[in-house]
Amino acid sequence: MSIPVLMPALSPTMTEGKLAKWHVKVGDAVKSGQVICEIETDKATMEVEAVDEGTVAQILVPEGTEGVAVNAPICILAAEGESVADAAKAAPAAASAAKADVSNAAGAPKAEPPPALAAPPVVSAPAAEPEWKGKTVRLTVREALRDAMAEEMRRDDKVFLMGEEVAQYQGAYKVSQGLLDEFGAKRVIDTPITEHGFAGLGVGAAFAGLRPIVEFMTFNFAMQAIDQIINSASKTLYMSGGQMGCPIVFRGPNGAASRVAAQHSQCYASWYAHCPGMRVLAPWSAADAKGLLKAAIRDPNPVIFLENEILYGQQFDVPDDPDFVLPIGKAKIERPGKDVTIVSFSIMVGKALQAADELAKKGIDAEVINLRSLRPFDTETIVNSIKKTNRLVSVEEGWPFAGIGSELAAQMMDHAFDWLDAPVKRVAGLDIPLPYAANLERLALPQVENIIEAARAVCNR
Amino acid sequence: MAKPVAKAKGETLPAKTKSASKSRGPGDNSVSPDQLKTFYHDMLLIRRFEERAGQLYGMGLIGGFCHLYIGQEAVVVGMQSTIRGKDSIITSYRDHGHMLAAGMDPKGVMAELTGRSGGYSKGKGGSMHMFSREKNFFGGHGIVGAQVPIGTGLAFAHKYNGGNDVSLTYLGDGAANQGQVYESMNMAALWKLPVVYIIENNRYGMGTSVERASAVTELHRHGEAFGIPGEEVDGMDVLAVRAAGEKAVEHARSGAGPYLLEMQTYRYRGHSMSDPAKYRSKEEVDKYRSERDPIDHLRKILIDGKIADEAALKAVDAEIRKTIGDAAEYAQHSPEPDPSELWTDVLVGA
Repeated sequence: MSIPVLMPALSPTMTEGKLAKWHVKVGDAVKSGQVICEIETDKATMEVEAVDEGTVAQILVPEGTEGVAVNAPICILAAEGESVADAAKAAPAAASAAKADVSNAAGAPKAEPPPALAAPPVVSAPAAEPEWKGKTVRLTVREALRDAMAEEMRRDDKVFLMGEEVAQYQGAYKVSQGLLDEFGAKRVIDTPITEHGFAGLGVGAAFAGLRPIVEFMTFNFAMQAIDQIINSASKTLYMSGGQMGCPIVFRGPNGAASRVAAQHSQCYASWYAHCPGMRVLAPWSAADAKGLLKAAIRDPNPVIFLENEILYGQQFDVPDDPDFVLPIGKAKIERPGKDVTIVSFSIMVGKALQAADELAKKGIDAEVINLRSLRPFDTETIVNSIKKTNRLVSVEEGWPFAGIGSELAAQMMDHAFDWLDAPVKRVAGLDIPLPYAANLERLALPQVENIIEAARAVCNR
Repeated sequence: MAKPVAKAKGETLPAKTKSASKSRGPGDNSVSPDQLKTFYHDMLLIRRFEERAGQLYGMGLIGGFCHLYIGQEAVVVGMQSTIRGKDSIITSYRDHGHMLAAGMDPKGVMAELTGRSGGYSKGKGGSMHMFSREKNFFGGHGIVGAQVPIGTGLAFAHKYNGGNDVSLTYLGDGAANQGQVYESMNMAALWKLPVVYIIENNRYGMGTSVERASAVTELHRHGEAFGIPGEEVDGMDVLAVRAAGEKAVEHARSGAGPYLLEMQTYRYRGHSMSDPAKYRSKEEVDKYRSERDPIDHLRKILIDGKIADEAALKAVDAEIRKTIGDAAEYAQHSPEPDPSELWTDVLVGA
């Protein structure tokens, strides 16, 4: 049987090229891998190697021919045992057959109308946790985080903690206090200062079925590791057609601490929330911290867990139950109200509640929503609140441009436009690197008075 | 620690590299005649697969980037023969050969190249992103060097789980300059992780030669700062690869920590399909192909040692052609993924 050799595409965008030179002539034997001709494109000259073996029976496109279409037959090989003359005779048929073959093979993607299915599946937020009626204990956020890790490490021996100073030093911020003593050096691991390396190492351990908790001393340093977090942890499940789950938690303090200046004071909420393939949580209270961190460790997906250094020492009531786990993806109404909805997360929830108390004195009844989860995002709870208050203020510590507040405003355009009586107002950090000087730092970060001002503006009072 | 082998800098063709591990001929009992025939089969399978992939690319059936492994076959085939059971394998984006050597089905690999539902990643990963849990093949990674911490993490898990499994972590000479590679080597040596780093030095990171990219071109010495023993190996000789690989894998398996192998190899094709490879001379490529081809080399051993005759090798060739033909056929007729696949596999259980 004669074998047609087709004009190859040498790049994804090539549609035609010049057949610059033949390296073989009729009658030559050709082996796999042998260079048979040269092709010129607008970018380069490249050699074409034979895939099939045989004898050159006919050259269909002479050298020097310009504009040869990709997939056009350029020569005919006689297969072993076939005469060159027979192969050449069969050539036109073979050539057209080859063409037909290619079109049948559905090689080039056809321009199709976008299918109706190309819309995201609607995922509703999980049910809110039932109100806790049992015993509570008073814990700092720091203790709640430690207890969450300890309980989950007792529950599953695949869970381990790694990071800088997490073991012998007992945690740079003392979050991992006592864990080395209880679980030993195999499961509580001090790493060198090598964020990209240990984040990637954690991802590999998770691919292999372990459940790493990777602590970043602060999320500022996770920028060193962001390629492993995004490209490896969050995308591999998809790129493997569902084979490569990555159950890993990346946690640590996020956002401004106090007087540590621009490189150590950044909120990464919108950076991570932007990316599919993982979950992004930002607890405020100790109960959030404990219930959500336990949920994060049990979750089979990569989870970014954004803590806050200033909150570590704050005390809250926490349900006294080792099985207390919060649903991922559910916001919490921290203070019901009817006049304006204030949506916030992490440390700003506390400021929003303070603002609400002040607003109440002025006769404005604010509802404060603690997002807790930034991805998935609980649009439903916010829309339901707006149906009641018709006004929305978002509060975040990070920069305003392309921030969580921007997303919130866009979501409300989609889902609550008709219920809004005023434009959505964003309160955010100033659009500058965070300054060191105490007075400038205070001016750069959202304060209670900024929230009050925004709430009064949308209420027109 | 193995002694680094001195090599003249700027040498255009490092002819036969002297491995500390001697290439053993067919007379050596450690490699049976059947194994030699298997090596021949596996290398030829990769060669023919890649040639066909190149052809399908030329026909527009494979899109995007497509990095062929032609010329480097002895490296994966030799290394694969040194591992067992639950040992894991991970590499970069020049990964087709690793998958075939690991025993993955050529149909599933080819169908992933054509972006079809029958591919290993259901058509959602493509040439650079394929995986098989069944074969302990952990990818297929598209970011240069990113597979090295991940492979080190696989070794971490092997050790954590208490067995004595080993991670084979492949990287190219280009990746050998990435910071995360050294971060990984440090941790692997610090914690004595069972990982063998295999640098496939094909002499060019895309278009930049090793001499223009690495201050120390003896890449097997790049673990010295961490006390990792390294060895230069003739990566065009499957038996030399196997001999060095056995030693390295045994080292890692014994709990002694990481080992570094630098495979001196060569890719015949461009960096990717769209690379005209103007940074090297035609003579250099021809010289490797005609004098150092790993398949021709083993073929000669088989014929000279009277382990297989021409007819037997021809039969192997015919069988492989059929396998590849079937794979190409499957890859062209497996349906494109359903649009509903857009939204699957983003998260587990969501």
